[in-house]
Amino acid sequence: MLPLTLSGVTVRRKGKVLLGPVDHVLDGPGLTAVIGPNGAGKSTLLRLMHGVERLSEGHTDWAVPLAEARAQQSFVFQSPVLLRRTVAGNLSYPLQLQGVPKAELPERVRTAAKAAGLQDLTHLPANRLSGGERQKMALARALITRPKVLFLDEPCANLDGHATREIEGLLRNALDAGTRIILATHDMGQVRRLASDIIFLLHGKVAAKGPAAMLQTPDNIQLSAFLNGDIIT
Amino acid sequence: MKHLILIAALLTSPAQADTLKLAVTTSFENAGLAEVLLPEIAADTGIDVQLLVVGTGQALRLGEAGDVDAILVHAKSAEEAFIAAGHATHRREIMHNDFVLIGPGSDPANVRGRDSATQALGAIAEAEAPFVSRGDESGTHKAEVALWQAISRDPATFGGWYKATGSGMGAALNTATGLNAYILADRATWLKHGNKGDLQLLFSGDPALFNQYAYLPVNPDRHPHVQGALAEQLETWLTSPAAAALINGYTLEGEQLFTFNAR
Amino acid sequence: MNEVLQGLLEGARLLVTLDADLVEISLRSLQVSLTALLIASVIAFPLGTLLALQRFRFRRTVIAVLNALMGLPPVVVGLIVYLLLSRSGPFGVLGLLFTPTAMIIAQVIIITPLIASITHQAMRELWAEYHDLLISLNTTKRQRMWTLIRDGRRALLTAALAGFGRAIGEVGAIMIVGGNIDHATRVLTTAIALETGKGDFALALGLGFVLILLAILVNIAIHALSRTETSGRW
Repeated sequence: MLPLTLSGVTVRRKGKVLLGPVDHVLDGPGLTAVIGPNGAGKSTLLRLMHGVERLSEGHTDWAVPLAEARAQQSFVFQSPVLLRRTVAGNLSYPLQLQGVPKAELPERVRTAAKAAGLQDLTHLPANRLSGGERQKMALARALITRPKVLFLDEPCANLDGHATREIEGLLRNALDAGTRIILATHDMGQVRRLASDIIFLLHGKVAAKGPAAMLQTPDNIQLSAFLNGDIIT
Repeated sequence: MKHLILIAALLTSPAQADTLKLAVTTSFENAGLAEVLLPEIAADTGIDVQLLVVGTGQALRLGEAGDVDAILVHAKSAEEAFIAAGHATHRREIMHNDFVLIGPGSDPANVRGRDSATQALGAIAEAEAPFVSRGDESGTHKAEVALWQAISRDPATFGGWYKATGSGMGAALNTATGLNAYILADRATWLKHGNKGDLQLLFSGDPALFNQYAYLPVNPDRHPHVQGALAEQLETWLTSPAAAALINGYTLEGEQLFTFNAR
Repeated sequence: MNEVLQGLLEGARLLVTLDADLVEISLRSLQVSLTALLIASVIAFPLGTLLALQRFRFRRTVIAVLNALMGLPPVVVGLIVYLLLSRSGPFGVLGLLFTPTAMIIAQVIIITPLIASITHQAMRELWAEYHDLLISLNTTKRQRMWTLIRDGRRALLTAALAGFGRAIGEVGAIMIVGGNIDHATRVLTTAIALETGKGDFALALGLGFVLILLAILVNIAIHALSRTETSGRW
């Protein structure tokens, strides 16, 4: 379904430009880290790639028809959305939407839960899970449909180191399975551990982009300042 | 699924063929005579009489709309107007009971022992003693208004002592008990009323207080669906010797309440 | 105070002796109000959910009207239903006046706005929670609606019980359209009104206690059936 081509996409709300214009081609395997200070438009960029943000200008194009593309991508939010069901119910929900036969559900749920280390918790209501478990469940739910593209919006922002490591393990497995990942994050360590390439956003515009290696020797003064921990205005 | 069956059953169970809807006044139903008459009617004629207990005004409206098959009320002039308008074919007098004047045992207006009902009411108006009126266009209310008119008094001009409640006989009696006020009530409802407080029967017996009940079958020409034949059958029964014996023989606390006078 | 005690005793006597008339009117109360509740829920649950989900032109107006209708005086509903079902009214040919069906119709009109409004409030919150995920998962309108109704069932139960409470305790409308006919349309509330009119406060109060008991039992039964009070469950 890749490449995804963004052509002059702009998002304006109440007369203010939140993002854009952005031109970008997303292609190849790996994990793209979207970085930048708060309010730079990271979430907006992810959402418009995913197709749930209304564009003011420009267009996004997948290599396949939109419906097909939408069916093969998932999105994990910063604070996981818990369906008021058991863990198993949460995991099977996307499959049910896709009309997967009922007989296949338990096995798919078991496999997904095991991969996320949730195999002993499937019978629990989702709101009984800890913060880390909730995010693992959300990630497992996003992966259960075996998406080709996975978006994550700061999935570890509220998690401790242990849970973050578990989530990253899951992401690595997904990468190994060939899933294309786009990850918005604040955690530069995480970017170094996972990213194959980066998009650096500033004031709604792409200030720098390229392979992850550019983080070692940034040639962009703003990126350099950002990586140094300076407040960029 | 069970519910759907229930709904279906409800929707498809209209009144059976031998059911007759009769609008009666609260005073008739409260007297308890219906509980004696209805089983006998069912036994003798096979008619299941369903009573709608309402005020005379509403009873007449129900007949006018064709929502009942016949009415049994006590308000002669309203009944005659009803027939004149073609809503009923005729009226048949069945029986009468009487109104009584109720009031506080202390009797501040000195109603006890007056010569006539009008004199008694005049005394209450003179004393401006609290008086509760049905105020609901019922037969009892109309009888009360007729008595005031007989002494050229207009309730509309009365002060705060005259309280028109706009409620049924029982509710009005409850109000009178609460206010310790005078009230005109039918004897049967008064005798059966459970909440008398300090109230007592102070005046009765004046023929002006007689309360004539009449039976009016709703005009089948106006409303083809009404049970004209059943209504006729019921009228025949209500005017029969069997009915006379039951009506005259009905007593409450040793008192005969109704006098059969059908012709 | 003495009369309240007498009422309690009277209520206990009616229950212990399983008074035949009491059983009959209690069952009719249940039959009428539960049927009305079922019909009202079938209308109100999807309507309330749709109002939370769907943006359309007159949405705010519909919500405002719904909220206003919650306060609709039952007597007015009764009068309107009476005029509609009267032999002289537009639906007179159906012959429904003074039947339990007429009472059900009136109660449906009274409780549907209440249930729909509570449903809307609850579903609005749930939709705010679910919005991002359900949009992301490409759900159809029908799927969204079904997911909200399924996962919000506990709130819907609350809405339904509120509706049931209003229905079973209602007297003004069903008195007018039912006529309080003995062995046909007499229910607990109209019987209470009748006995109050007769000044038999003990019996009226006794019936009132039976009514309260019945409402509590229905609440407990519905909660037990749906196991909503089990800890940690939604």
